[in-house]
Amino acid sequence: MTEVVAVIDYGMGNLHSASKALEKVASGQTILITSDPDQVRAADRVVFPGVGAIRDCIAVLRDTGLDQAIHDVVAAGKPLLGICVGMQALLARSEENNGIDCLGVFSGQVSFFGEMLGETGNKLKVPHMGWNQVQQGMAHPMWAGIADNARFYFVHSYCATDVPESDVAGYCDYGRRFAAAVTRDNVFAVQFHPEKSADAGLTLLENFLRWQP
Amino acid sequence: MGLAKRIIPCLDVDDGRVVKGVQFVDIRDAGDPVEVAKRYNDAGADEITFLDITASHEGRDTTLHTVEQIASQVFIPLTVGGGVRTLEDIRNLLNAGADKVGINSAAVHNPEFVREAAERFGSQCIVVAIDAKKVSAESEPNRWEIFTHGGRKPTGLDAVEWAKRMTDYGAGEILLTSMDRDGTKNGFDIALTRAISDAVPVPVIASGGVGNLQHLVDGVIQGGADAVLAASIFHFAEYTVADAKRYMQNAGVEMRLD
Repeated sequence: MTEVVAVIDYGMGNLHSASKALEKVASGQTILITSDPDQVRAADRVVFPGVGAIRDCIAVLRDTGLDQAIHDVVAAGKPLLGICVGMQALLARSEENNGIDCLGVFSGQVSFFGEMLGETGNKLKVPHMGWNQVQQGMAHPMWAGIADNARFYFVHSYCATDVPESDVAGYCDYGRRFAAAVTRDNVFAVQFHPEKSADAGLTLLENFLRWQP
Repeated sequence: MGLAKRIIPCLDVDDGRVVKGVQFVDIRDAGDPVEVAKRYNDAGADEITFLDITASHEGRDTTLHTVEQIASQVFIPLTVGGGVRTLEDIRNLLNAGADKVGINSAAVHNPEFVREAAERFGSQCIVVAIDAKKVSAESEPNRWEIFTHGGRKPTGLDAVEWAKRMTDYGAGEILLTSMDRDGTKNGFDIALTRAISDAVPVPVIASGGVGNLQHLVDGVIQGGADAVLAASIFHFAEYTVADAKRYMQNAGVEMRLD
């Protein structure tokens, strides 16, 4: 039977990029954009993308029951890939929008970059936007074929902090060192946009479609 | 080691065709935005900006189709600007696969539009494009004003104040074009780039006037730009994006070379 890869659609921005990039690297898998919690549960793999404000994101997930579907996918041991706000939503809490509880799949929280100074003493621009290096924190099948310190495309104003080191799959430096990728068991989540990160990003997505956690 | 400066080739697209002549020797159809975008992607462009100059209303559907085609085949960020006036315009472009949209004259006519757009879609996808011209005399301190209609119509708005206001309203990035330098090949207006870059907390893309690779370096090192946008030097194959990246890296600018 053809494997189904669900891309969770919760009305938050651009799913086109993620699904097109997955289609580009899929071999015989069906990419299904869905907002139906049951279809998410039934899928063989799940991609949880996201852009925009975390408060709206969490509110929609709770209203639609997609939050429980995500917890069920995690518990069922199926591969789950969080992207950008999708990764942030998997942490315990975010300080965006005056503080909001998230899904708590990972401990740690999401904090504003704040007014940080760069190496030359100039103020760093926020959002952190552009191609930055990801230092791999551990060997992992998701990093197969991707060089350590390869560049990925980031665009975000909040970043993950206080994630236990054992869950950090990759680090990035922008004024501070933050978790650019987190993983545990069958879950892998990235702050950057693999669907916008040219060859390195496509390789990561291809790795996800093959990953057998 | 850290965040790289970006090189952004810009395509002017009219009714689904690249105009202002792209001259690659070995490209099959230099008017096809998808082919041109792919070419730039292969050469290492960090993003692509697509300026829609389609005049007709019907042409907007062609634009959306073109955006869809590019986004299905080129997996780097795509910004689309030109004629963006309503929240529906933005939604349509994002749904077609644009990652960011550029708002220019609509922001001047109705600044609240930028606030609404950022609240609805997030600052990360709202780029405010600013066309500025120097209005101070040589003996006076520098002052630049916002112009619309391709640099013909003054607005009375101070460029630095305007850039600050737009970021207060939620713009996630500023695309800054010097109308004095645009098309001259004399380099960016460095003082303008520096003034805006120092004034706003968000990334600034310098545009207008690039004639050689040192101009790109100057925009970043002297002007403080986070990204540089250029059209003709790449379109006419005077330099490749890869040449530009190597040149900038050798000049001490951090670039994505892998």
